[in-house]
Amino acid sequence: MVTLQINGQAHTIDAPDDMPLLWALRDIVGLTGTKFGCGIAQCGACTVHVDGKAVRSCMLPVGAIGNRAITTIEAVGDTPNGAKIQKAWLDIEVVQCGYCQSGQIMSATALLNRTPNPDDSDIDAAMAGNICRCGTYVRIRQAIKNAAKSA
Amino acid sequence: MSMSSKSGTAGLSRRKFLQVSTAAGGGLMLGFQMGGALAQAPAPKKYVLNPNAFIAIARDGKVSFQIPQEEMGQGVYTSLSQLLADELDVDLANVTPLPAPPSDALYASPKGRRQSTGGSTSIRGFYTALRQVGASGRAMMVQAAAQQWGVSAASLRTENGQVIDDAHGGRKLSYGELAPRAAKLPAPQEVTLKADKDLKYIGKSVKRLDTPDKVNGKAQYGIDVRMDGLKVAVIAASPVVGGKIARVDDSKMKAMPGLQLVALDDLVAVVGPNFWAAKKGMDALAITWNGGENAKINSDAIWRDLEKGSQQKGAIAKEEGDVEKSLKADRFDAAYEMPFLAHAPMEPQNFTVHVKKDGTCELWGGSQVQTATVKAASDALGIPLEKVTFHNYMLGGGFGRRLATDMVTKSVRVAQKVDGPVKVIWTREEDIQQDMYRPAYRNAMSASLTKDGKIDGWTHRIAGGSVIAAITGGKPLKDGLDGDAVEGAVNIPYAIPNLRVEYAQTEPKALNLGWWRGVGPNNAVFAIESMMDDLAKKAGKDPVAFRLAHLGNEPRLKAILQMAAEKSGWGKPLPARTARGVCAQHAFGSYIATITEVDVTEMGKINVRRVTSIVDAGRTVNPDTIAAQVQGGLLFGMTAALYGDITLKDGRVQQRNFNDYRMMRINEAPQIDVHVVPSTEDPGGIGEPGCSAGPPSLVNAVFAATGVRIHRLPIDRTLLASRKIA
Repeated sequence: MVTLQINGQAHTIDAPDDMPLLWALRDIVGLTGTKFGCGIAQCGACTVHVDGKAVRSCMLPVGAIGNRAITTIEAVGDTPNGAKIQKAWLDIEVVQCGYCQSGQIMSATALLNRTPNPDDSDIDAAMAGNICRCGTYVRIRQAIKNAAKSA
Repeated sequence: MSMSSKSGTAGLSRRKFLQVSTAAGGGLMLGFQMGGALAQAPAPKKYVLNPNAFIAIARDGKVSFQIPQEEMGQGVYTSLSQLLADELDVDLANVTPLPAPPSDALYASPKGRRQSTGGSTSIRGFYTALRQVGASGRAMMVQAAAQQWGVSAASLRTENGQVIDDAHGGRKLSYGELAPRAAKLPAPQEVTLKADKDLKYIGKSVKRLDTPDKVNGKAQYGIDVRMDGLKVAVIAASPVVGGKIARVDDSKMKAMPGLQLVALDDLVAVVGPNFWAAKKGMDALAITWNGGENAKINSDAIWRDLEKGSQQKGAIAKEEGDVEKSLKADRFDAAYEMPFLAHAPMEPQNFTVHVKKDGTCELWGGSQVQTATVKAASDALGIPLEKVTFHNYMLGGGFGRRLATDMVTKSVRVAQKVDGPVKVIWTREEDIQQDMYRPAYRNAMSASLTKDGKIDGWTHRIAGGSVIAAITGGKPLKDGLDGDAVEGAVNIPYAIPNLRVEYAQTEPKALNLGWWRGVGPNNAVFAIESMMDDLAKKAGKDPVAFRLAHLGNEPRLKAILQMAAEKSGWGKPLPARTARGVCAQHAFGSYIATITEVDVTEMGKINVRRVTSIVDAGRTVNPDTIAAQVQGGLLFGMTAALYGDITLKDGRVQQRNFNDYRMMRINEAPQIDVHVVPSTEDPGGIGEPGCSAGPPSLVNAVFAATGVRIHRLPIDRTLLASRKIA
């Protein structure tokens, strides 16, 4: 049994220590907003926050997390930067198929958490780990800048 | 052209237009009966679509639309809702788009026979038909109000889901209130569509209806299906097409609790309580495959076959003038090649299947072909179509991958061996290695120029595998032609007096083929636009001017090409090894002119700096969605040009995941400016054409920057390095 702090709640789950957080979230806790894309931390679709930092949940074993606070796409809108990013995404219609966007939004929110006014190179560095097959990158870049400027 | 038009609806009256039924919440719902006998009935003769199938209005005025086309990011839930809502005259904020159930009779596009989302056909197929459906619904509401008030229908108007009687103090009845009465009325014999000036949603960049749930994790894709007792399976199909299992050693897997092995001739699955358990079980198996003949195939052999294929005469797809005579002059020959490509949508293939003890089957997943999905399950199980129920979900990317149903068949075969529902999930490796690949092509081309630098003769022979043949189980093509493979080549926009286009079917061994975003024009436009650049150079002309000189018959393309040149600063000086390239195309009913600016480092690294695309897609429904599709399509195409290459060794696909089947990332993405020009021409398709516009403008920019012509994609950077590294 493993106890995880997810979106402000403790969840004790029957999972082996080596199970990646992604599958604990999706298959056991039932939070399916975090997506499976590659399984090898190459695409970023599975990005969540652990203590406010963006991590790839597909390669993070649940046994290695301990008491740290996990935030997923389902709750990131409760944080000021998460809400700003979500609004900025909708304001300029970033989203196409949407499958990668949970991860994009988690990465973008983590970026604003540590760099309130990111420039292009900050955005490149923070977002290059998130693949979007629909090609929404141009709008993602603009939406991050808009979110940073918003109150 | 005025959009006001009469459309006959005779035949509608023979069918109950609106039906009263009890909604799930217990309230009365005015709606249209789905399923059962009606779902199987043919559409009324004079009506391209059966309007019963599209609109439901609840007592509280809430409206739901059954959307026949699948939402895979292209915004079709919104754009088709715009068509319906505008003519029905309801507020889009009150509209819920829902996935229509599988039915070719009810939901096939008026321009197709099957319910299918592909080929950039949604708006082209449904533009007028769904407006008629909306207008029919509106007319029913007006008639119901006229009856209730005892006035003439002509004296009434509608606004935002209400019928208003101005002659009697502006009294109002809501569509919700009118629904039960409207349900009992005969259908209108004809409907009048709104004049352009009265359109409220069509042609406007309204907010998308599907995106709010895609930024908070609520949107449900096929892979997100959950239900009691659901098991998860991970699969491994034979890594060689046509191969069989020789041996499975499951001794290590058996030591893990709660797992089930399914071994089916050419397919192995491990079923477990969750993905991770099943994946660990799969990793613990030792599977030996017998690959057969295909296990000897390498990419080199396929390229040799394509070269040979391109040297044979093909089936003639188009011939004009005297080609042989025209090519006797100073002839220019070139070949341009395209590799195999995987689709790699972000949502890996998956399907959830419950094969039940009562002989029925229930499916949950995302598909571009709803009815073909039902058929695939029915065929795999040997049960009638009526015994299969399919719940369609949002697609985490389609790009043509989900026009195929191999994932349905495989999932059903596994589910047959499982007690209860099972979600079968492809790992990314399995998704990339078991795709239905975009065929590799070789374009063998020849052209001659007149003394004043105009193209006189032109031959274009396309050698490659046929997706049509693959889809129809390898049946011989009619007259040897595959219409998709020559699309874009036969409708070349340039005026050339002597021209021939041939298709030389050359089937690859050891790879399955499928449609890929951009389809035929991806290949044809790449070849044509590369050739045009080479010919411009030979003629000593500017690439844009050279194209404009040949666009006398295509005023729409000519206009946007001139605009693209202006907006991109074409002709303005740039630093060394920095240049612009152009692509002009007419594909899927839309025109796009694109200019891409790149710089190429001394080491051969390409930086795509800026892309300008001017789009004439005819009448628009949602211009911002058009811009988004072109932005995304350009990057989809450029990703392929920069990185996409599926190769075979010993019959096995060598690429496995995003580390070796690379995608463009945000740090590589250029600034993209898309301008959608106003037009009153018929609507064009837009999901695909951005994809074919990317690679040619990119390689032509690389040519201008380095003098190196790229003859095969993806671009080999070693050809571009100005200094060889020891």
